[in-house]
Amino acid sequence: MNWLTNFVRPKIKRLVQPREAPDNLWHKCQSCSEMVFHRELEKSFRVCPHCDHHMRLPVRQRLEILFDNKKWTEIELPSVAADPLKFKDKKKYSDRLKEAKSKTGSKDAIVVSHGTMGGINVVIAAFEFSFLGGSMGTAVGEGIVAAAELAILQEAPLIVIPSSGGARMQEGILSLMQMARTTVAVDRVREKGLPYIVLLTDPTTGGVTASFAMLGDIQVAEPGAIIGFAGARVIEQTIRETLPEGFQRAEYLLEHGMVDMVVHRSKLHESLVQLLGLLLHRDPAAPVLSLDSVGRKRRRRKKEDADRLLASPPDPSIPDESLFESEGDDGSDKS
Amino acid sequence: MHFLEFEKSIAELEGKISELRHMSDADGMNIAEEVARLESKVDKDLKATYSKLSPWQKTQVARHPDRPHCLDYIGALVANFMPLAGDRNYSEDHAIIGGIGRFRGRSVMVIGQEKGRDTKTRLKHNFGMARPEGYRKARRLMELADRFGIPVLTFVDTAGAYPGIGAEERGQAEAIARSIETSLNLRVPLISVIIGEGGSGGAIALATGNIVLMLEHSIYSVISPEGCASILWRDGDQAKAAAEALKLTAQDLDRLSIIDAVVQEPIGGAHRNAQATYQNVGDTIEQHLKNLLEVEGGQLRAKRRDKFIAMGRLSDS
Repeated sequence: MNWLTNFVRPKIKRLVQPREAPDNLWHKCQSCSEMVFHRELEKSFRVCPHCDHHMRLPVRQRLEILFDNKKWTEIELPSVAADPLKFKDKKKYSDRLKEAKSKTGSKDAIVVSHGTMGGINVVIAAFEFSFLGGSMGTAVGEGIVAAAELAILQEAPLIVIPSSGGARMQEGILSLMQMARTTVAVDRVREKGLPYIVLLTDPTTGGVTASFAMLGDIQVAEPGAIIGFAGARVIEQTIRETLPEGFQRAEYLLEHGMVDMVVHRSKLHESLVQLLGLLLHRDPAAPVLSLDSVGRKRRRRKKEDADRLLASPPDPSIPDESLFESEGDDGSDKS
Repeated sequence: MHFLEFEKSIAELEGKISELRHMSDADGMNIAEEVARLESKVDKDLKATYSKLSPWQKTQVARHPDRPHCLDYIGALVANFMPLAGDRNYSEDHAIIGGIGRFRGRSVMVIGQEKGRDTKTRLKHNFGMARPEGYRKARRLMELADRFGIPVLTFVDTAGAYPGIGAEERGQAEAIARSIETSLNLRVPLISVIIGEGGSGGAIALATGNIVLMLEHSIYSVISPEGCASILWRDGDQAKAAAEALKLTAQDLDRLSIIDAVVQEPIGGAHRNAQATYQNVGDTIEQHLKNLLEVEGGQLRAKRRDKFIAMGRLSDS
């Protein structure tokens, strides 16, 4: 590094490269391909106003919607061996780690924090997917263990929010061992009579799903989230069949009895506060975030639907209309 | 005998030996001497080859079609074995064998993956790849053993849990997670032996023992070398390099303190002398079981949990 690389290069870069800023103002929804203005996207916590697609949330935006008054405290996690196996594929694992650190500003793929939700003390361990696909290595294991210990210490419920492709291959067997490790950690929370809630977000697969992420007292999922053990491609290659529509999506898991509920992002805070209050026999102290107009309207519509159904019993030969409309169709009143 | 790619010279020698044996009647003494000479050379070659197998070669040995499987160990080590079937929810899964029997005079619950030996049995046992029912059966049997104070032995040998539509729909991930949870909570001794392939989540579901043993040429990994190569190298042919990088051999895992002991195999691998292998495995299990039976149930559980919650923790902090 010298003054040349420090000062001159960025200026030249700016001259040479096309400016990126205008592109970032509009975001293309991966699901419906509609363009969404960035401010609108931030306001809706990265839920597409057109099709209700729940985009992945950076971990701190996630915490913002959950904690009261957007306030929380993050805890420092114990450090781990940086590259225990000296793993190298096409790239060194240590280099991949460095890149991920500088890209995300996080030490690893998990952030452990505590604060209040509806006035109730909670500990939240949330994954950062953009850090090496949220993969679970020893650092993530350390995070879950620390979160569990903190929850026990504070006698607070534990909420874990995975967003992970699974185990971190570059840590080999040590990452596999994190499955057992995290299982013990969350079990200890449950043994203390403290609620352990898992909020499954897109994607939750592999070794993460097959350990702590499926052991919640209550399993909540975000709409459309991919949740499963084996990857869709692996399954397709194994069975040589195309997969059913909506396979491994949150709604599919709900239908198959694998999660308790699928909750829209705009209702997450409220639903979790309600759950915690009920499990802990407490009235949430802080005012519950008011229902947004969307929720109320949707509920009214559901009631109307029910009335209509009662008036005219369903004819199985006619496909159910509601199957074809996505939940977000009434999202126009969000503006 | 099925020969592996790196056993070519040994295969040739053994071919010669069997040829000579056919002629021995005709030519008398010289041939017997020659056979003995060749046999000692085979022994020497095997010793040399098997003492420095690469991780990829070990992977092949671990998957050797003639390698003793779960049912073979049960047949050799467990008397009065009574298989117990079903998860009481959905179905029986033949990929996981479970049942009670007597190991050296003592009641034990045995659970393990069975890969099958020929086309018919491979299909029956689904190549040792269990569905959620298999893990739920395992869980049920572990709880049963816990209730009656019966030690649990697990024999791990699987490429992984089965990736299929039905398996996902019925909660493969949850079934594995619960199996891990249950095995960590047992108040009876749990001894796990990786006898061949310890493939990822499907393996650890049965492998969180107080004592985890690995056969000398078995492997245990978070992902198969092929899978790892196709994801990280984007080239399935790099499996050899992936096998090196993953540190999946018994010796690596012993060094990393993931397992408690390596069980020696006869020269040339378990498949060359199955009886000796059963003996070694049986003796090692017995010795550890004796120690574990001295420990009180709550302690067994606590120690097992403490051991696994510390895995990956920086030791010098």
